[in-house]
Amino acid sequence: MAIEDDVLVVGGGVAGMTAALAAADTGASVRLVTKSQSTLRHASGLIDVLGYADDKLLADPFDALDDLPADHPYSKVGVKAVRDGLARFDDVAGDLYRGGHTEKNALLPTHGGAVKPTARYPASAAAGLASDERDALLVGFETLSDFDAPLAADHLRAAGVPFDVRGATVSFPGEPRADAKITRYAHALDEDTDDERERLAKRVARVHDGEPRVGFPAVLGEDHPADVRGTLADVLDAAVFEVPMGPPSLPGTRLEAAYERALREAGVNVVRRPVAGYETDGENRLTAAIVERNGQHIPHYADAFVLATGGLVGEGIDSDRDGVYEPVFDCHVPHPADRYDWFVDETFGDHPYPRFGVVVDDELRPRDADGRIEFENLRAAGSVVGGADFAAECSGMGVSLATGDAAGSAAGADTQ
Amino acid sequence: MSDAESPSDEFEPIEVFPDEETPDLRPGADDCYKCSACDTNCPVAEVDDDFPGPKFQGPEQWRLKRKEDASVDSSVSKCSNCMRCDSACPSDVPLSQMHNTARAEYVEEELSMTDPTYWRNRILANYRTSAFLASKVPRIANFAMNFGPARWAMEKTLGVTSEREFPAFATETFREWWEHEGGADGSRERARAARERRGDDVDAEKKVAYFHGCYANYNTPEVGKAMVRVFEHFGYELVVPKQRCSGTPMFANGMLEDAERHAKVNVSSMGDLVEQGYDAIASCTSCSMALRQEYPELFDIEGIEELAENTWEALEYLRVQEDLSGELSAATVEDESLAQLAYHAPCHARNQGLDGQALELFEDLAGVDAEDVGDSCSGISGTYGWKEEKYETSMKIGDEMFEHMEEAEGEVGMTECPTCSMQMEHGTGYEIKHPLEVVESALVS
Repeated sequence: MAIEDDVLVVGGGVAGMTAALAAADTGASVRLVTKSQSTLRHASGLIDVLGYADDKLLADPFDALDDLPADHPYSKVGVKAVRDGLARFDDVAGDLYRGGHTEKNALLPTHGGAVKPTARYPASAAAGLASDERDALLVGFETLSDFDAPLAADHLRAAGVPFDVRGATVSFPGEPRADAKITRYAHALDEDTDDERERLAKRVARVHDGEPRVGFPAVLGEDHPADVRGTLADVLDAAVFEVPMGPPSLPGTRLEAAYERALREAGVNVVRRPVAGYETDGENRLTAAIVERNGQHIPHYADAFVLATGGLVGEGIDSDRDGVYEPVFDCHVPHPADRYDWFVDETFGDHPYPRFGVVVDDELRPRDADGRIEFENLRAAGSVVGGADFAAECSGMGVSLATGDAAGSAAGADTQ
Repeated sequence: MSDAESPSDEFEPIEVFPDEETPDLRPGADDCYKCSACDTNCPVAEVDDDFPGPKFQGPEQWRLKRKEDASVDSSVSKCSNCMRCDSACPSDVPLSQMHNTARAEYVEEELSMTDPTYWRNRILANYRTSAFLASKVPRIANFAMNFGPARWAMEKTLGVTSEREFPAFATETFREWWEHEGGADGSRERARAARERRGDDVDAEKKVAYFHGCYANYNTPEVGKAMVRVFEHFGYELVVPKQRCSGTPMFANGMLEDAERHAKVNVSSMGDLVEQGYDAIASCTSCSMALRQEYPELFDIEGIEELAENTWEALEYLRVQEDLSGELSAATVEDESLAQLAYHAPCHARNQGLDGQALELFEDLAGVDAEDVGDSCSGISGTYGWKEEKYETSMKIGDEMFEHMEEAEGEVGMTECPTCSMQMEHGTGYEIKHPLEVVESALVS
């Protein structure tokens, strides 16, 4: 009768998908409910664990994990969970990613010409490492305004990278419209119907001055990125890399496809509709999440639940003029009563609001204002958990992987 | 915003504009932060570089239109109304609602009634009228509609592609069959007997109103029959109320006045039954989409919200109300033509969160192996692929699905949507089944 599973995960980002895979690994039947498409399409595709502590760039995130405050999600789950989360990521991403050979941070140039510390990076970006001393040419396309190669090169030089870098702009074969979707470039290179790969390489060859590596905006194919890079590298006789971009992002889209494959193989059923409420047993156990389907409210029953709906950006934490709240299970979110205390005046100051989120115990169970467990069979994962400023720390993906793995494993184990 | 100019607690964005006749799209336009996720999901933008994409058609065009001399860009008629942008948006921007209203405005203000395209679109959108007439003389209609010279003339004068074969009209419509089977009285008796056989409460109030839509009535009555038999198997009494077109082809062609006229009939007849405790069930996912989402988004008709809240897709209903998965996992399908099914999830099923449903239900059904052919759009989008100038785009969009269907085992397809089914058949030559027909074969002997 009805729709019933061992574990129900609410939220389809990296934390939710990781939790679903971890729960399925315990033998539990798992369903994942997500309000819209995965937000990986908006992510750069870089997998950070901890890039900065006390505003200092970290060479090795694992050196700093022990020194984080007690309410940081990493402190709640412990170092082992961080390693487990990364191992699960490596399983999902496979050949698509690099960086697993070391625990140290890699430094990756971004499309704005900044350098970002990260634990894992797409294989397509590997030849672009900022620690690599080979000179580089960055190539932009006239019709792709999101990547201004000469500007990005200027920024990288100003950041003091240990190599010479130069930017050039070429026109993309077939002359796409000025605001063409990034997938148009990617699919033209994938399909290669009119020799787009080789024609692009030849256009780049005219501005290439023998630099041993050449960077492109991250649009080099959705389905066959390695083949696309291969042709470009052969013609240019140089290593070819992608520079991660803003949304919508091809590296993120490729990673999304890898996760979807993993979920399918693990037998996780995915439902793309929002959760609009819940049912309990009258005590403090959840019995169902109410999924809204275009007006209809349908209970999805489970024995254990994982809340992985995201933070302030993902709308897993919401706010209005009266306060800050968690809209799905109405878990307690501590915050100053006066909303002028939610932020500080300096734009890049130490704002309180990025750390808003539910308070969890070491088992990732959300706690209410009095410290009592909200629901015995509910765990939280990802940026809905408070205590981390993922943008300032460069820790968002790592927190999602570590807490997702821990919450999913525990939820699954409870039902077996 | 500082506190000094903060609006009062009674602030209601909808009241900012005095004209309350049309939906206020400003909050939706404001919610768009230009991430372009919708554009990368748009099947039309994917194959047509000249189509500016859903972000432009929705929030951007809405903003441009605030200037008095701005008119709706003609590119809005390239949108196929697949509604994929809705579920791609991370910010809940009502993209398809914006497209529907923009398209209606375009048709009203920019498309001349002396233009053959207007009449072609109006005829296609009002498929029900043609089907109603054709069903009176189905054999003649089937011959005439696919008669070469006639099709050539239709393409030249109206722009209806001659590449496609018109679907055959059934010699007996679903409603004619339903009357022969005794209508509601017959159904009550059969349902009662089924409840007795199942050991259910014989007097249980299990009543549903079937919205069959045009296609199950005029073209594929076997889908409607499967619906009746499966629901009666579970002890449900059916009624088949008076109904017009759900409006789907009319939304897609910007014919909102036509759509509203039909919607009023549907909301009145279905709404009365909902008030009496019936649930509204549709077998076509575009019909259920229209009743659930587009009606309340586009029209202000009494009872429209209540109807939306009580409308279900057929299998979804049984899955929630009955142990459908349990019964299916204990059943076996003997019909060998259903052994290998290449399943395509229609866009409008995806938008109701139903895209994984059929595969999940049939996973443990013995004798059936259903394989997903990927998440691409079939490309026909109702009347879209019937237009001479859209035919090529439609087939280009469908290419990925055709390829995956060819790769899948077997030569029978499955989908919930009548026009996806046309496209699947047109691109591969496969016979296409509705999941209800599979359930019928499994549970109703």
